[in-house]
Amino acid sequence: MDATSTVLLWVLGALALTGGVLVFTLNSMARVTFALLGSLVCVGGVVTVLGLPYLGVVIVLMMVMEMVIMAVFMIAYMMDPAGLMPMSMLHNKRGALCVSGAVFAGLLAGIFLVPWPERTGTRPADTTFQVGVALMEDQMLTMVTLGFVLLATMVGTTVLATRRGRYDRFGDDLDRRPAEDPAGGGVGR
Amino acid sequence: MTFQLLLVLAAGLFSTGLFGALSQQSIVMIMMGIELMIGGIVVAAAGFRHFLSPAVGSGQVVIVAAVVAMAVEMAMGFAVTTAVYRARQVDMTDMAGDLRG
Repeated sequence: MDATSTVLLWVLGALALTGGVLVFTLNSMARVTFALLGSLVCVGGVVTVLGLPYLGVVIVLMMVMEMVIMAVFMIAYMMDPAGLMPMSMLHNKRGALCVSGAVFAGLLAGIFLVPWPERTGTRPADTTFQVGVALMEDQMLTMVTLGFVLLATMVGTTVLATRRGRYDRFGDDLDRRPAEDPAGGGVGR
Repeated sequence: MTFQLLLVLAAGLFSTGLFGALSQQSIVMIMMGIELMIGGIVVAAAGFRHFLSPAVGSGQVVIVAAVVAMAVEMAMGFAVTTAVYRARQVDMTDMAGDLRG
C-alpha cells in the first residue's frame, strides 16, 4: 500500500469515527443525520481506497439518498428537530456504555490475539469485473436471494405504510363492490 | 495502515453504533445506530478481502449483502415507524413498551 493510500485511510478512518460519535452527541436532528452521512461517506471512501471503487461509489450514492430521506423523517417525527431545546433522549446510558465497551474490548482482543493468515492469491486487475463475475457465476444464488429480499421489502413496506388495507376497502367479508375508496378511479367510476 | 488498525476502525464503528442502538429512545435514532454497525461490518469485510484473499470474488459479495441489509433495514424501519406513529402518535420506544414480546 503506497503512502497516499495510507494517509487517505487514516484521514477517512478518523473522520468516519468522529462522525459516528457525533451522531449520538449532537442535539439537532438535521446535524445528526448529516454527521451519519459524513461517517458513511467516509466508509465508502475507505472501501474505494481498499481497491473496490465500484462498491465504494455505490455506498456513497446510496448513503446520500438514504440520509436525505432520513433527514425528512427525523424532522417530521422528532419533537425537537432543530435542537433548540437541548434534551436527553437516552435510556440506560450506563448499561449501553458497558455493553458496547465490552464488545469493543472483545473485538480488540480478537483483532490483536488472532494469528491472521498470510495473503493468498494476487489482486485482480479489474475488481468491478471480479464482482460482476462473482455475482453472475459462483454467487448467483446469493444474488437471486438478495433480489427476492428486496422485492419482499418493497411489498412489506408498502403494506405497512399504507393507510387503508383490503378490509377497509372491501368490508369485513371482502364482498363490498365497488370498493369504498376516498376517490374514484377508472372510466365511469 | 495495517490490517489490524483497519479492523480497529471497524470495531470502533460497530461499538459506537451498538451504543446508539442500545441507548437511544427514538426509533429513527436506533436505526442510525444499526446503520453505523453495518458500516463497521462493511469496513471489516473490505479489509479482510484486501489483506487476506483479494483473488476471491466472494469477499465483495459480502459487502453487497451488507449494503442490501442497510437498504432493507432503512426501508422496513421507516415503514414500521410510520405504522406505529399512525396507530398511536408515538415515535419513542419507551412509549410503545406494550409492544414488547
